[in-house]
Amino acid sequence: MSLAALSSAFAPNSIEVGVVVDSREAAIVRVGELLAVSGRTSAGYTAEMLAVLDELGPYFVIAPGIAIAHARPSESVLSAGLSLAVLATPIEFGSDHNDPVRMVFGLCAKDHDGHIEVLSGLAEVLSDDAKVNFLLNAPDASRIHDFLASGL
Amino acid sequence: MKIVAVCGMGIGTSVLLKMNAEKVLAQLGIEATVTAADMSTARQLGFEANIVLTTPELVPSLQGLPAEIISIDHFFDLAELHRKLSAALL
Repeated sequence: MSLAALSSAFAPNSIEVGVVVDSREAAIVRVGELLAVSGRTSAGYTAEMLAVLDELGPYFVIAPGIAIAHARPSESVLSAGLSLAVLATPIEFGSDHNDPVRMVFGLCAKDHDGHIEVLSGLAEVLSDDAKVNFLLNAPDASRIHDFLASGL
Repeated sequence: MKIVAVCGMGIGTSVLLKMNAEKVLAQLGIEATVTAADMSTARQLGFEANIVLTTPELVPSLQGLPAEIISIDHFFDLAELHRKLSAALL
């Protein structure tokens, strides 16, 4: 069930692979653009995520190579969702234990608990090295959409 | 036993941490309530909690709470959570 929720959290055009960026800020801007392009947020959400990085540091790099950028629920959020940028070249976020980052998610939510199933599905995928490797090595975004939709 | 999982915003990382902490507590057979919270809520809840779980970057901002603060490097590594929670609780 939670994988279905995870799959639907990624709107069409919310995933990009082979993303070339030269800084952690640029990586966050990219996942912010993907959230906006796919209709989950207005453009202002990107600045809110960057402000979190500025305020609290890279605490959202929560596993080796994996960052989950997000900001507070706000008027910029149209509906809860996720975006994903798989980076062409790993980027240093300044995390002591989990740098360099290879995969950046953008997360937005309207409230604190309306997206629990989505996070549960995300945890299920990110706890599994084989699934993480699939995401890292997928040749294009449609493979990732298909992978999530198939419930593998 | 009260445990608070803390992240900056209370919508993402703390919820992931809460889920995996609950799995590990069940394995350990420990009865506990785990609440996900953002930093400002956590500063209030932290006074009632026995344990605060968070990421290394946020530990300095939570100093001063009476709860034991445990920092988790890898949120999806249940073995790390298992090791740190059992050291604190058993």
